[in-house]
Amino acid sequence: MSVIAVSTAAPGNDAAPVFHLEHEHEHPESASTMLGFWIYLMSDCLIFAILFATFGVLGGNYAAGPGPKDLFDLNLVALNTTMLLLSSITYGFAVLSMQQSRTSATLIWLAVTGLFGIGFVGVELHEFAHMIHEGATPQRSAFLSSFFALVGTHGLHVTCGLVWMTTLMVQVGMHGLVEANRRRLMCLSMFWHFLDVVWIGVFTFVYLMGMLR
Amino acid sequence: MNVPHETAHHAGAVHDEATLKGYMIGFALSVVLTAIPFWLVMSGAIASKPVTAVAITAFAAVQIVVHMVFFLHMTSHAENGWTLMALIFTVIMVVIALTGSLWVMYHLNVNMMPVHAMSRSP
Repeated sequence: MSVIAVSTAAPGNDAAPVFHLEHEHEHPESASTMLGFWIYLMSDCLIFAILFATFGVLGGNYAAGPGPKDLFDLNLVALNTTMLLLSSITYGFAVLSMQQSRTSATLIWLAVTGLFGIGFVGVELHEFAHMIHEGATPQRSAFLSSFFALVGTHGLHVTCGLVWMTTLMVQVGMHGLVEANRRRLMCLSMFWHFLDVVWIGVFTFVYLMGMLR
Repeated sequence: MNVPHETAHHAGAVHDEATLKGYMIGFALSVVLTAIPFWLVMSGAIASKPVTAVAITAFAAVQIVVHMVFFLHMTSHAENGWTLMALIFTVIMVVIALTGSLWVMYHLNVNMMPVHAMSRSP
């Protein structure tokens, strides 16, 4: 950050050529990782926007099949929302433990977060299995195709986050809270909180709006 | 090895805002902003469905901002403002994609539908 400011400001102040190699050495090789990961999340956000748009267009086309009121159980959705919200705060506790360099506390909070994540995916799979058992498969209607595409993509993201979390727990266990692991934990923190943001859209526009149709 | 210093210096832009207080405020607000829309729909407290829909959309919008601020630590100065720039750009793209799709497809449905089905159009 400061390098850019200095190197652009300095030539204006005096014309002598200024080389800021010593500043560049102070910057770790991964200084732009967080911004790069944020831009990845924004592109992921566009994927979800398209899936939401598809659901918005097709969500009312039941093809004389089951609709949201026949299929959704808001108690299960509320349970899932609670678990994802709790996993967000426990990941926050993991980040706070990491800042205090408490390795075992970080690992414990990551494990708690992972358990909530597993619970979330488990309840979602139970819901999907129940729907498919009742004949509400993705092939049944445009509403169900777009529903499974949107909610399934979110569930797949959470599953990937869980694999990533497990990997990081092994990494932290083996190497401790080294700089690289801290950076990875902050990237996963952004990923995990981002998935919770997407879930706000899912439970509002898919489940709650579905029950209002 | 000055690892603690290095950590504070380089990653500080992203997580110096991460505090227990911040997470607890964000969590408390999120619980309230999640519970109210669920209660509105499950109890049918508001008789009018369109009004309920607008209300739960508003709660979702506020909760997204709460998550951005308290969990994702969005600030205007993180990474020299580039994270905010990327976010604003993405929000514009998302709004165009969503409103454009819904708008175009709604009119396509209404205008391309066989005449006998017009009465059933939304």
